[in-house]
Amino acid sequence: MKTPMKTTMKTMGASLVLTLLLVATCFAADEPLVFDNDEQEARYLDLTRELRCLVCQNQNLADSDAPLAHDLRQEIYRMLQAGESNEQIKTFLVDRYGDFVLYRPPVKGNTLALWLLPAALLAIGGVVVLLAVRRQSRQPAGGESERED
Amino acid sequence: MITRLVPVLLLLLLGVLLAVGLSNSDHKEDLPSPLIGKSIPEFTLPLLGQEEVKVTQADLIGVPFLLNVWASWCATCRIEHPLIEALADSGALRVIGLNYRDDAADARRWLNHFGNPYAMNLADTSGRVSIDFGVYAAPESFLVDASGRILYKHIGALTQEAIEQEILARLPAAGDSR
Repeated sequence: MKTPMKTTMKTMGASLVLTLLLVATCFAADEPLVFDNDEQEARYLDLTRELRCLVCQNQNLADSDAPLAHDLRQEIYRMLQAGESNEQIKTFLVDRYGDFVLYRPPVKGNTLALWLLPAALLAIGGVVVLLAVRRQSRQPAGGESERED
Repeated sequence: MITRLVPVLLLLLLGVLLAVGLSNSDHKEDLPSPLIGKSIPEFTLPLLGQEEVKVTQADLIGVPFLLNVWASWCATCRIEHPLIEALADSGALRVIGLNYRDDAADARRWLNHFGNPYAMNLADTSGRVSIDFGVYAAPESFLVDASGRILYKHIGALTQEAIEQEILARLPAAGDSR
């Protein structure tokens, strides 16, 4: 009785290890990176999420499988290892690819519409709703039930 | 009366916004390069086919040239290739190739098959130098003046129109800018 049980356990253990290995390979699209510490790894993840892949423009560097995204991830890793700050890394990329590489572009003359339009649209929407609500509440309750009939 | 017009006006405004967005979409070439007006970045690259020969940015400066980023795996590069050959044959402009993330043997075979219009080919196998040029896809072309300043960048396949109106039209300014 004991031997089959043991074999089952062994098989289960082996398949668990295999599954974990498989999961690990799924995440490691690049060669696995070794970071000096958790803080550096967190910065790497933040930067690659916040920077745009120029090839498939609606993906960030972390998600993209494009060769350029791979190269830029390598470059960001190398700069982190060299002790450069997040600002220095972003400046490096903006100098070469422009503000477009940033998912959060700086507030400048040509990005003003981008930053202000959502707030402006929200304000316009608010005014429209306010006017509609006011008009509704001004109507007598009787008039409304009549209309429902 | 005015409140009735508000939704109509908003709709019109939205229409204008969408029309502008649509007419601007799919124009990757409109992504302006921050390198325009600046000097070409410093680099040292081997020549394709003569890997022992190293070329730096200083070797290129002196005569205006077109730096064409290409690769044997790049299908669009084949489309613009006859135009680049014609441009190089015309003698109007020196054309230098930047072979991007390519295998040297594949690149040489590609040139043998389609023809080699390039005065020289720089082999950027790792793509690292191309990052300094702000390259994000092949083909791309940079017009560089005699002092090594980038005057114009074209993203995607060159067209006859772009060669005439954007590149050749800038040549007078490119030659005597020193």
